[in-house]
Amino acid sequence: MTTFATNRGAGVTLRRRGARLGTGWLGLLPFGAYALLFLVIPAALAVASGFFTDGGTFTLANFATFATPTTQRDIIGSLGLSAATAVIGAVAGALICYALLSTKPDGWLRTVVDSASSVFAQFGGVMLAFAFIATIGNQGIVTVLLNQVLGDGTVSSSLYTVPGLTPVYVFFQIPLMVLTFMPALEALKPAWGEAVATLGGTRWTYWRRVGFPVLAPAFFGCAILLFANGFSSFATAAALISQGGLISLDIFKAQSSETVIGHANESGALALAMIVVMVVLMSVYGVLQRRAARWER
Amino acid sequence: MNKRYLAGAALVVATAFALSACAGTAGSGSTGGTKTLTLAQAQAATSADDFGGLDGLIAAANKEGHLNVITLPPSWANYGQIIQGFQKKYPGIKINSENPDGSSADEVAAAKSQKGQSTAPDVFDIGTAVMDQNLDLLAPYKVQSWGDIPDDFKDADGTWWYDYTGLMSIGYDTKKFPGGVKKIDDLLGSDFKNSVAIKGDPTQANEALSAVAMAALQSGGSADDIQPGVDFFQKLKQAGNFLSTLPTQATVASGETPVVIQWSFNNVGWGPAAGSAGNPNWKTVVLPGTGFGSYYNQAINKDAPNPAAARLWEEYLYTPAVQNLFLAAGAYPAQLAAMTKAGTVDKTVLAKVGAAPTDFVQLTSDQAAAASTLLTSKWAAAIG
Repeated sequence: MTTFATNRGAGVTLRRRGARLGTGWLGLLPFGAYALLFLVIPAALAVASGFFTDGGTFTLANFATFATPTTQRDIIGSLGLSAATAVIGAVAGALICYALLSTKPDGWLRTVVDSASSVFAQFGGVMLAFAFIATIGNQGIVTVLLNQVLGDGTVSSSLYTVPGLTPVYVFFQIPLMVLTFMPALEALKPAWGEAVATLGGTRWTYWRRVGFPVLAPAFFGCAILLFANGFSSFATAAALISQGGLISLDIFKAQSSETVIGHANESGALALAMIVVMVVLMSVYGVLQRRAARWER
Repeated sequence: MNKRYLAGAALVVATAFALSACAGTAGSGSTGGTKTLTLAQAQAATSADDFGGLDGLIAAANKEGHLNVITLPPSWANYGQIIQGFQKKYPGIKINSENPDGSSADEVAAAKSQKGQSTAPDVFDIGTAVMDQNLDLLAPYKVQSWGDIPDDFKDADGTWWYDYTGLMSIGYDTKKFPGGVKKIDDLLGSDFKNSVAIKGDPTQANEALSAVAMAALQSGGSADDIQPGVDFFQKLKQAGNFLSTLPTQATVASGETPVVIQWSFNNVGWGPAAGSAGNPNWKTVVLPGTGFGSYYNQAINKDAPNPAAARLWEEYLYTPAVQNLFLAAGAYPAQLAAMTKAGTVDKTVLAKVGAAPTDFVQLTSDQAAAASTLLTSKWAAAIG
């Protein structure tokens, strides 16, 4: 995880930092240009489109979409799905991290879980959707087997609904939690536990007075990251659901609809709403991360 | 190493293509019967005569060497075979098929965003509602068999012209439902649990809206009032029979979507007609009563990067051979009446798919607008 400059020799660090500013920023240029071209400009254009009609005159009419039952349902759907999968992912991921803590840091188990998490945390989109269709879809192997055992028609798949996306999202949320939370857990020093024991505290005292308070900012920070991750997902949902229900799907729908004509720029208003949610979340994440970092030196 | 070498070779080939494309449209002048046009002249050509006849058009299209089509799924109205046929007939012209599963709105968006680039779409196969908003993107053109297209099937100036229509139909797996489907309310029965799918969200996809309109016609509604269709799908959802999976040829073959309400040419095309890719037990039913259809339109991008190839594609589509290919998929082509009269229609195919429907409803632009307003406010709640 990120390491921060310590207070030791702050004066020296400061002076050195000042000197670095002279040419050091040049190294950031390629990334800065990349972020500008592929993040800042597209985001600005997308949001700006929300304030104009198709013809290019200024309007606030696109924001009327927030008054429609569909948009309201889908905002709630997106928030609900992201929150549910963030909580499940955060709790399950934290438990896995805790279990791993008793293994050797450079042991094979830790290495395998670590690299598997890096892969699965990125395993989204059509591939993931297909994997779930093949297992618990209408003709998925599990669904078919259950129907053969329990009798035809007893089991049906709800994979293609917004609640049905929960297990699918959890599939990439848990590994992301493992990846981001493990460093925080590793930062818990055995010496703290020994100190509590020396002072006559129990294991529970240790967790209640030291472990949880130290880990809380990191835990909630990671949970927020998971929420943002679920909130912005598109491809997995698009591959599974044909009737909408998420805000990211609405943006696509407004852009490509061939029946509701002339509402394409509503996607700009929807994008603005998503960006507002993300900015709020990432600000909170930043604050929590800074608190968490205090214990990770 | 090998990879890098390949990439280099690909770049050289691509450059060569690009250069030859430039060369093809640079000169102006006339040689023999055929004329060489500039890019701007070709983009303004309103008939094959402007190229000095069909041979001149073919020569110009061959010089361009490319044709960009968009949103033409191979399993839609026989487009797979139709594209293959064009490649065979004109091997010098390479077809780039972009975004096959996109919508009519995606066609317009691609034409606008890629304007002036070599990847912009040359031709459109486009729904009427989207087209009506974007007539300024289209170049007037009249194919040689223009007279064979009925007057009410085309714009008098040649800005657009009908290509084909299907009828809204119900496709189902006979193995799973041996009793069949005789009326729309059959689908509400308990044996159709988790079975009935439509082609997307009606507030997004025209084919899905058409399914709702068909259900309306079958349930006492009309083209002016599709509310009964929305009510039908609400009942379908409440019965637990509505399936929010997007059906494709693959989901029909695998049995994931055992009932699909969609255009007849797609239901026919995904069944036994598709051979090993289709579902051999797939049956297509057009319910009795007033049918629901919708002609799609052909049109040419006025900024087409390959204007001659675009026009040659249109000439090709309106040859009897290709019109018969549409017909074989159950898509009734615009020139069917003329071909029946002239005897160029494939009679075995016609006997198989049945005569063209004489009375079917398609939405006027006002009715389509009213339907979309209704669906915007009612659909999500009905199936939510």
